[in-house]
Amino acid sequence: MANLLKWTGQAVFYAVLAAVIGYFAAAPAYRHFAADQALIKMTFTHGGEYKGGCRRRTAKELQEIAPNMRKDFDCPRDRVPVVVELDVDGATVYRASHDPSGLHGDGPANMYQGFPVPAGEHTVAVRLRDTARDSGFDYTREGRFTLAPGQLLVVQFRAEAGGFIFRE
Amino acid sequence: MTWLQRPVRAAFDIAELGLDRVFSQHWNPLHHLGALGFFMYWIVAASGIYLYIFFDTGITAAYSSVEYMTNDQWYLAGVMRSLHRYASDAMVLFMVIHMAREFGLDRYRGVRWFTWSTGVPIIVLLFVCGITGYWLVWDQLAQFVAVRSTEWLDWLPIFGTPTAANFLTPESLDDRFFSLMIFIHIAAPLILLLILWIHLQRVSRPQINPPRGLAVGMFAMMLALSLVMPATSHAPADLSTVVSVVRLDWYYLGLYPLMDYWSAGTVWAALTVVLLTVMFLPWMPPMRRAATARVYLDHCNGCVRCVDDCPFGAVSMVPRTDGAKFAEEALVDPDLCVSCGICVGACPSSTPFRRRGEIVTGIDLPDFSLADLRAATEAAAEALDGEGRVLVFGCAHGPRPSKKGGTTAFVTLPCIGMLPPSFIDYTLSRGLADGVMLSGCAEDACYHRFGAEWTDARVDRQRDPQLRRRVPRERVRRHWAGRAEGKALSAEIERFADGLRQLGPAASDPLPPSSERILETVESDG
Ligand code: HEM
Ligand code: SF4
Ligand code: SF4
Repeated sequence: MANLLKWTGQAVFYAVLAAVIGYFAAAPAYRHFAADQALIKMTFTHGGEYKGGCRRRTAKELQEIAPNMRKDFDCPRDRVPVVVELDVDGATVYRASHDPSGLHGDGPANMYQGFPVPAGEHTVAVRLRDTARDSGFDYTREGRFTLAPGQLLVVQFRAEAGGFIFRE
Repeated sequence: MTWLQRPVRAAFDIAELGLDRVFSQHWNPLHHLGALGFFMYWIVAASGIYLYIFFDTGITAAYSSVEYMTNDQWYLAGVMRSLHRYASDAMVLFMVIHMAREFGLDRYRGVRWFTWSTGVPIIVLLFVCGITGYWLVWDQLAQFVAVRSTEWLDWLPIFGTPTAANFLTPESLDDRFFSLMIFIHIAAPLILLLILWIHLQRVSRPQINPPRGLAVGMFAMMLALSLVMPATSHAPADLSTVVSVVRLDWYYLGLYPLMDYWSAGTVWAALTVVLLTVMFLPWMPPMRRAATARVYLDHCNGCVRCVDDCPFGAVSMVPRTDGAKFAEEALVDPDLCVSCGICVGACPSSTPFRRRGEIVTGIDLPDFSLADLRAATEAAAEALDGEGRVLVFGCAHGPRPSKKGGTTAFVTLPCIGMLPPSFIDYTLSRGLADGVMLSGCAEDACYHRFGAEWTDARVDRQRDPQLRRRVPRERVRRHWAGRAEGKALSAEIERFADGLRQLGPAASDPLPPSSERILETVESDG
């Protein structure tokens, strides 16, 4: 009798343990993204133009540099920040200036960000400035999309492709 | 930390008491959590090797190869897949309970810091294994994991460009990145094994295999679970959509939802703080340590018994330094010693049959010496009164009898393994009590790992120093049980005392042998 109880107890223990392991291995389900939303993801890796402003070195300065390194002009290597704007249905939802990466500010600027929008029809406009000017943009693009729930619209800037790319 | 330890410990006391009843002490899963972790590791490794045969490492072919295993070859590859998943999950579960138990029972501080702190990289690597595993299926869960993980990793300033951008469009998907995941998924478990080995460097004779009966039960459970609830995939990954609902494996991916609420930086910070806290827990606050064991060369003959019996490898043999005729002498490494006294119980020089004041042994605990033990034994015996007098030698970590006084007296040791068997002889042959009860932690759950095991072997004459044959075995009783079993211990003492009353008082040895003679008998007796 005592033995029967023991074996039953063990069976119950194993059953409960198996249930705990099995259940949490794939449940409860988790909703990561709302059912009625779509996502605009904007990304780029792009270097703004060099700040420029080269300066002629003086004769004395040149003297101090190793002969093989001597260059008449001292040109700073840092780049200007990349300024971007994103409009959805006429309203600006994102506007930011992305600094160059790298220790010397000479690497490309990066952006990777998602913007959830209600599913449906949307006008999406993007603008980017990668030069030293104070206003206006070097690249712009606009498109009209009908986004299904859960759909991803990728807005990518690729200089080598000539500017912004929309991918539905 | 005691405020947190107390409830954890109480929960384990109760759970272990229940499972001792259901499984027996030897099969109690809570006594073998580390070993069960290893057992699951082997299941994962074996099933993983089988899965790799059928797994297609191309990023798009991966999904269909897993589908083939799950559906077409469900009876073998499918079962292997389920075993692979569920045993990995069980590993996390057992690891967490293992940690909680070591913490609750205060086995993580002091000398044990090394074993505890090396557990932290184990946690990290185990998660790397699990997360990369889910990545390889390349279903929607994998997509979710890939996007979320890279977005999180991109917060660190180590990649020039956002790696998460790899998962925006099917064209940007990189086969090399996928190969990297496969590589990590194979390398991480191997590194994990290496760290597990380091984890056990300061544990002598680590128990890495569960007892046969428990292993059979666990494997049968895993197999049944795999057949009843086969592991399946989500729909194939589709990078033009956002994954909205995922059936998460909460053991490995339970923290991913946090990233929807906290920024990547916050998650990094929280994780770092938690892991560092766990790692440095042994010093918050540090354990108040008793003085460590000391060797007395005049009484050490280099017999190696203390080296064999020490549960933490704290004693080693070194060449003789005092010119005695023996080749070696014992040396204690204070950084490894937990002051359990098991070596005192092992040493052939540990005997109470000497004149007062002279009792010195080969290896002793300064804070509770063999002389103190004899004094405590005599003082406790003095208080005994009536018929059927029971002297209980009990471990400080085991159960306490609910009743004391009258015919029962209690001598507390740091570990029952500290008791040299000659003390049992001494107590009975001098008529200090009518019976001797040895009490300590449950089988396979000894706080100092080997107290009960070595005591059993010494009393049963399977391990030196052996209990002399002349000691009447009906007057010696052993009781190993969890801390919550005080009542059961009292009941056992009561039954024992009843039996002793039937036997009558212990015969007092009229002529106690001198210490020299005892030493000889101990040696020739075996
Ligand atoms: C799956 C991962 C793990 C496995 C397979 C494992 C395995 C083991 C094994 C086999 C032992 C020896 C038990 C014995 O023979 O007495 C042990 C001891 C120990 N483990 Fe783990 N362990 C794991 C993770 C961890 C973690 C994450 C921690 C804490 C952060 C930890 C803390 C400890 C401690 C403190 C001991 C020492 C117990 C003692 O000194 O008596 N372990 N582990
Ligand atoms: S007291 Fe315990 S840990 Fe220290 S040396 Fe002796 S047996 Fe080893
Ligand atoms: S058990 Fe005693 S005699 Fe033997 S080596 Fe250790 S200290 Fe020396």
